[in-house]
Amino acid sequence: MSTIENQAPETGTARVKRGMAEQLKGGVIMDVVTPEQAKIAEDAGAVAVMALERVPADIRKDGGVARMSDPDMIEGIIDAVSIPVMAKSRIGHFVEAQVLQSLGVDYIDESEVLTPADEVNHSDKWSFTTPFVCGATNLGEALRRIAEGAAMIRSKGEAGTGNVVEAVRHLRQIKNEIAKLRGFDNHELYAAAKELRAPYELVKEVAELGKLPVVLFSAGGVATPADAALMRQLGAEGVFVGSGIFKSGDPAKRAAAIVKATTFYDDPKIIADASRNLGEAMVGINCDTLPETERYANRGW
Amino acid sequence: MNTPVIGVLALQGDVREHLIALAAADAVARPVRRPEELAEVDGLVLPGGESTTISKLAVLFGVMEPLRARVRAGMPVYGTCAGMIMLADKILDPRSGQETVGGIDMIVRRNAFGRQNESFEAALDVRGIPGDPVEGVFIRAPWVESVGAAAEVLAEHDGHIVAVRQGNALATSFHPELTGDHRVHALFVDMVRANGTAESL
Repeated sequence: MSTIENQAPETGTARVKRGMAEQLKGGVIMDVVTPEQAKIAEDAGAVAVMALERVPADIRKDGGVARMSDPDMIEGIIDAVSIPVMAKSRIGHFVEAQVLQSLGVDYIDESEVLTPADEVNHSDKWSFTTPFVCGATNLGEALRRIAEGAAMIRSKGEAGTGNVVEAVRHLRQIKNEIAKLRGFDNHELYAAAKELRAPYELVKEVAELGKLPVVLFSAGGVATPADAALMRQLGAEGVFVGSGIFKSGDPAKRAAAIVKATTFYDDPKIIADASRNLGEAMVGINCDTLPETERYANRGW
Repeated sequence: MNTPVIGVLALQGDVREHLIALAAADAVARPVRRPEELAEVDGLVLPGGESTTISKLAVLFGVMEPLRARVRAGMPVYGTCAGMIMLADKILDPRSGQETVGGIDMIVRRNAFGRQNESFEAALDVRGIPGDPVEGVFIRAPWVESVGAAAEVLAEHDGHIVAVRQGNALATSFHPELTGDHRVHALFVDMVRANGTAESL
């Protein structure tokens, strides 16, 4: 009995980091830029909010270097809601991540939506108590991020476009590569690891589990309830919605509708009801007219 | 009743992990999102997740009232983390409009152990679980401020109540479903089985 008293509680373990993401499953994580928007998101049933200065659609429009948000603004959002608050650091900018950890955010998104700070290295995410979510366009990229300590993965899609085509592409890519691994024997897994440019142990684990060892969400282009349900039916365990909500005509209504469609993703009647009279959706950008240099999904390596 | 059918409220949260744990503890486990699905189970798990999201969806899709009625009628329920909050008769500082199912005479404080940076693991002695201590995984976890006379405290951590049972309702601040140790789920399956036997007498 006394042995229990002597054991100090342990924070920042892989289990509490990955376990935190497990609690978000089946939910919608919404981008917000003010405490008021955070409250709207919470009231609509968001499981978490992503605090940032500009939604991706505005980052695209404004151009320039996109960085971590102002700590005052992040703290304002933390104070406004009781649900978890996430915030973005630039890829490889581990000092921004240190700042976010000191502010007490619940998850750090090392995000391609911001301008990368390092074109070779991502942050060492094991060295943080705060868990990280990272984007991926394919299985190898997802496993490299997990090897660096990411506790949650989101397929990247193309943020700020309101166009779901890239989100579908990336999620299908990850799921197909996992399915392919399932069919490999032990000999083939070594070559697969080399091909994927990912650690053998992780490749083997995915082959055995038939899924990533961390929670997989979808992001980048979800604008409607049907988009969210589509990503869920394709195998995403939840969705991030960025510009899609607060760049639309009636954010509160659209946010609640996307939450409903995410829970009842396999019930077309409920999705139909959720889709009625939502007002204007965000305008959207056709991804095939987007120049290579403006594709955020290409950032990260 | 040999193999009880136990639902997991599947509006949001770590539903899959509970389904796996229940199946490992010899129950037939199935997700429950609709009133008609609730009517078909012998017991129900309220999973971890966001309590505000789950309670909103439960009200919106007409599950809250039938769930309250069944809990009042004695259906066994087990809530982890957000599920514990849902089973509390009273929440300290609830978000506006946040409703609970109730069932346990206790006052719960949300996120009492802190934000994610304070999330932790600690070994626990849990009454009714013999053998090795239970690995307690606490994630932005609530604690129980106080319990009524009918509620039995099953575990404490650092002077705070983290596991409670009242009749057929069981609640833990921590997440046994994340550990691969299915003894707490086995305890709940036993509760459901005993309730089924009592009902058929």
